[in-house]
This record gives sequence, C-alpha cells and structure tokens, in this order.
Amino acid sequence: MASNTNFEKYKSDGSLQGNLLEWFDARFPATSMWRGHLSEYYAPKNFNFWYFFGSLAMLVLVIQIVTGIFLVMHYKPDASLNENGIPVAFASVEYIMRDVNWGWLIRYMHSTGASAFFVVVYLHMFRGMLYGSYRQPRELIWVFGTLIFLCLMAEAFMGYLLPWGQMSFWGAQVIVNLFSAIPLIGEPLSLWIRGDFVVGDATLNRFFSFHVIAVPLVLLGLIAAHILALHEVGSNNPDGVEIKKRKDVHGNPLDGIPFHPYYTVKDIVGVVVFLMVFSIIVFFAPEGGGYFLEYNNFLPADPLKTPAHIAPVWYFTPYYSLLRAMVWPLFGIDAKFWGVVLMGAGVVILAFLPWLDRSPVKSIRYRGPIFKTLLTLFVISFVLLGFLGTKPPSYAFFGVIPGAPVAQFLTAYYFLFFLTMPWWSKIDKYKPEPDRVTM
Amino acid sequence: MKKLLAALLFAPALALAAGAAIHLDKAPNVQGDNAALQSGARTFVNYCLNCHGASFARYSRLTELGLTEQQVRDNLMFTAEKIGETMRVAARPEEQKKWFGAAPPDLTLIARARSSADGSGADWLYTYLRSFYVDEKRPTGWNNVVFENVGMPHVLGQLQGVQVLNKDHKLELLAPGSLSAADYDKLIGDLVGFMVWLAEPHAGFRKNLGFGVLAFLVVFFGFAYALKKAYWKDVK
Repeated sequence: MASNTNFEKYKSDGSLQGNLLEWFDARFPATSMWRGHLSEYYAPKNFNFWYFFGSLAMLVLVIQIVTGIFLVMHYKPDASLNENGIPVAFASVEYIMRDVNWGWLIRYMHSTGASAFFVVVYLHMFRGMLYGSYRQPRELIWVFGTLIFLCLMAEAFMGYLLPWGQMSFWGAQVIVNLFSAIPLIGEPLSLWIRGDFVVGDATLNRFFSFHVIAVPLVLLGLIAAHILALHEVGSNNPDGVEIKKRKDVHGNPLDGIPFHPYYTVKDIVGVVVFLMVFSIIVFFAPEGGGYFLEYNNFLPADPLKTPAHIAPVWYFTPYYSLLRAMVWPLFGIDAKFWGVVLMGAGVVILAFLPWLDRSPVKSIRYRGPIFKTLLTLFVISFVLLGFLGTKPPSYAFFGVIPGAPVAQFLTAYYFLFFLTMPWWSKIDKYKPEPDRVTM
Repeated sequence: MKKLLAALLFAPALALAAGAAIHLDKAPNVQGDNAALQSGARTFVNYCLNCHGASFARYSRLTELGLTEQQVRDNLMFTAEKIGETMRVAARPEEQKKWFGAAPPDLTLIARARSSADGSGADWLYTYLRSFYVDEKRPTGWNNVVFENVGMPHVLGQLQGVQVLNKDHKLELLAPGSLSAADYDKLIGDLVGFMVWLAEPHAGFRKNLGFGVLAFLVVFFGFAYALKKAYWKDVK
C-alpha cells in the first residue's frame, strides 16, 4: 500500500506556499512520495536494537559519498614516480593528509567509513537471519541486499588499491591473479582485468574509475530497488508476524506506526550513538590497530618487494578463509580455481536463503533449539574464519592447534549450514506465533 | 599413539620457534615535549636527512614544535631555499640507487609503517637504532639485530661506539663512543619521538578535537533521546 502514488493531490489553502505546493504537486508526486515512503509508511512499532543498522548503512553511504567527493578533488590516480621516487598516487594521499585543510579528517572518515560500512551491513544481514526477514514476501529485498553486498565488496576492493601502498598493490595482485586459475580463459582474463602484465598504472586508473563512478552508480540503483521493494511489502519485525493482517477502520495496520516521525526521531538516537563509536575510531585510533589501515600500507607500492604476509582487510577475511580452505585439485584443475569457486559460492549462497529455509515461523523468538544452536555456531565460525583469514596459513591457536584444518572444518560448516537447512529447518520444534506483535 | 604424544609435546616448542617475535624495547613517549622533539629534529636533519628524504613534510611545519621560522632557517634547513619546501634529499633517487644498490626509503611515514604485532613503529625504530653491531661479512661492515643484513651503515656509530654480537648472541659494547649509553638512548628516544611526530604532525590536534566532538555528541544524545521519548510516549 505504501508506495502507491494515488494519494490525493495537495489542495492549496490560498497562501503563497500553498499555491506553490499545489502547482508542484500537480506536476510531481511530491506529496504522494512523502506520504508513501515516510509520513504514511506504516512500520511495525516493535523494532528493536537490530533495526538501527539499515538506516545506519544509509548514513555510512552518505559519509562515503561526501568524503569521497572531497578526496577526489585532491587525489591523483597515477602510478608514475615523482621527483622523490615516490608514486604520485601515494604522495597525493599523503598530500591530503598534511597539506589539504581538514584533509586528514576527510581521509580518516573515508577509511574508517569503509570498515564501518561492513560492520553495519554484517549486523544488518544478521538481523535478517534472526527474524527471518528474507522469507516470503520479502525474498526480492533479500536478493537485492545480497547484490548490494557483492557490489560493496567490489567497491571496497577497488578503493583499497587507490592509496597505492604495499598492501594495496600486493592485495590487488593476489586477488586479480586468482582469476588466472580459471581454465582456458584465466590468463587472458586476468590480463584483461589488469590492463597490464602486472598491477600497474592502467589497473590503478580503471579501478579509480570503477570505484568513483561505475560501482557507486550500480550500488545506488540497487539500494533504491532494495528500499522500494521493502516499502511495497512493508517491514518485517522481531516477532516475524505480518502487521498488515490486522488493520484499523482506516485500513492502517493496528501494530504499525508512521515511519515519520516515529522512526526518524528514533533513528536519530541510533545515529548519535553510532557517531560516538565512529568518532572514537576516527579521532583516537584511525588505524584500528592495523585492521582499518594496515601498517604496511604506509609504505609506497613496490613491485619488486613482496611483503612477507599479504592479508586482505578484515571485512574480506571470512571469505578469504573460504578461498584458502580449498587445497585439493579436482578434475585436473588447480586447487586455486576451486578456492575461487568456494569464495564466490560463499556469497552467492546467501541469495538462496529464502528458499532454503522451510520453517513455518520467521522469527528466532518462535523457532526451536536446532536453529538457535546452528545459528550460534554459524556466527562463531564466521568470526573464526575472519580471524584466521588475517593470519598466515601456518598460524596455530596458542601455538598448538593448527589453523588451516580448523579453517577447512569451519568452511565445511559454513556451507553445510545452508545446504542442510531445508532439512533441519523442517524438523525443528516451533512455538506458536502470536497474532499481534509484542513490545 | 606414542608418535601422537611426541608430536603434541613438541608442537609448542615448534610453534614458539616459528613465531619467534623480535623483542622490542619500549620507546619513551616524548610527544608534547617540545625540547625533546626539537633535539630529535636536530639529530634527524644532521644524520638522517643526508641520505633519506622526508618528502611529504615541509620545513614550515617544524614551527609547530615551538621554533620560529628564522630558527628553522638557521638551524635545520641545509638543502632547501624556502621555508615551505619539503624535506628532500639533495641526491636524486636514481643516483642513490646507483651508489647504494637501493634508494634509502623516505622516512616521513616510517614510524607508522614499522608498527606490527611486535610493538609500535616507535619501539621498532628505538630498538633498531640501538642494535647495530660490527659484522665483517657485510659490505658496510655493519649488521643489525632487528633488521638482518640491513643495507644502512651505523651512521650514529661515532656517538654510540662499536657493538659486537657475543657468543650468546647478545649485543656488547666493545669501544664506547662519544656519548654515554644513557645519553645515546636519550638521543635516540628524542629522534624517534620526532619521527613519530613527523609521521602524523596533526595527531595531537586530532585527539584534542576528538574530545570536543565526543562532548558535543553526548549533549546531542541527551536532546535526541528526549525527543524520541516525547514522540513515543503514546506508542503502546
């Protein structure tokens, strides 16, 4: 109901503003969009803590776009060396940090924003799993979300090359080389992606173009689709019951409240708390202990010096672990190829969640012990996979338990969690759902 | 079974050997101590800047350490004409590559780049600059405990004196230099402090500003929360 554009057009009260709005409204769906998406978009009244992360993802998107615009004014995607023997791109980032007014703040907000984006999006996705937000009729919202996640990974990966530090360069080198593992077309494909035989100026320039134009455009389109689809079917809630089933005399959901002003004022509180955490990192620990800005990336890219340990930034490490877990060649094809397949499958499988889950209820509140146990284990294994991905393959827990087989075991669990879901979600015990949401 | 037990017994030892982290001495924190940072700047300009550049930093920024422009011009600028110039080396990187085999790295960001799980970049530099020893196998005659087969000779050797690696692989002062051990450590502490400042000159301002921003957000939170409460009081 919400995105209907057949709200009544605005009728002027004769004042100047009124006449202007009437003129405008006759030519543009201003009133109907305002009502459909904000003042008469009915959201369940029982949103809890987990429901902050959608609006926070929007906030981080805006932070990234605005800081990005200012960074592009001073950044130079140029791998050639300046008169001091430093790559121009690397030097331009340091120019922003030192000589551009407030440049350090803009750059730290952008670098911290990248990590914050993934924190917020991972929690947003976890919310969906907790309350079954991907279930019918919200499958498409979830699929758009998975595509957004994929775009975000591409955006972050290409953005990470731009400072042209050691980790930028070698990280890109490793990841682009992965494509060469594909049989037959692999070598020419990775050459085509790089535009050179090694990651070089051509790669830097195209990644810059993708990072600032192509991917953000796709991302914005997908986010619009994500929100339009959401407003078409309405939000899920922590009880997983449909509020549209019970309506008042005006046809509005009994358990719904207008998004504006109720959730706008509530989300402001979430925004302030988020900004506190964000500011603590930006102002007191912008390197994030070497996780947000890797120490090695303070050295300019040097194609002749391979770092001892190349690790992707923390938000990629769970998937990097999936990739490294595959060490056996199959069907005469290099293990590296199957690693790439596994990493890709790890993201793509998320999109199938709506059809893998066969539970009769949506929310964890009414689901049984099997789901609760397996989901807890899933979270633990995801975090452990992420941790292991930051370490070299030779890492051992407490120096005793070797990390590589643990990562392989957790990888198996990651996929089995999804692949066996149709079975275990059916046999689990369930509690009856209430008719109305609970506060 | 016995094999398994043996493996379990040896595993910790092996792991320790594999992860043998370098022990780093803790560098003194001299941020905010202008006298120490000025002394570090003097050592940096006299000893480091002959071969290494600090090409992202401008001389004018040294005034933030409590020096006047004239003081910077008279005492710290040897190869530059204008106060706004960056701290470059007179030699070109290609020439340096010919002379040394590799161009000495730019030092502007080295204190950040050398951070690791073993310790901060300052700790690494502080230990490194005090860990040179005589090694005839090296072309320069010097080697380093922290940075094995380092290309750089011990530029501060005259001050520290000559160290050797004894039988227990510990550093031992063979012939003292012009400074006592304590004075040399102080000199290096100041130098490293300056390099930490150089890597991020605005770090002090950044932290101060952070407190202001957080104070604002705390106040803002009070208003935002009250607003939410007021709007939501009729939602049941």
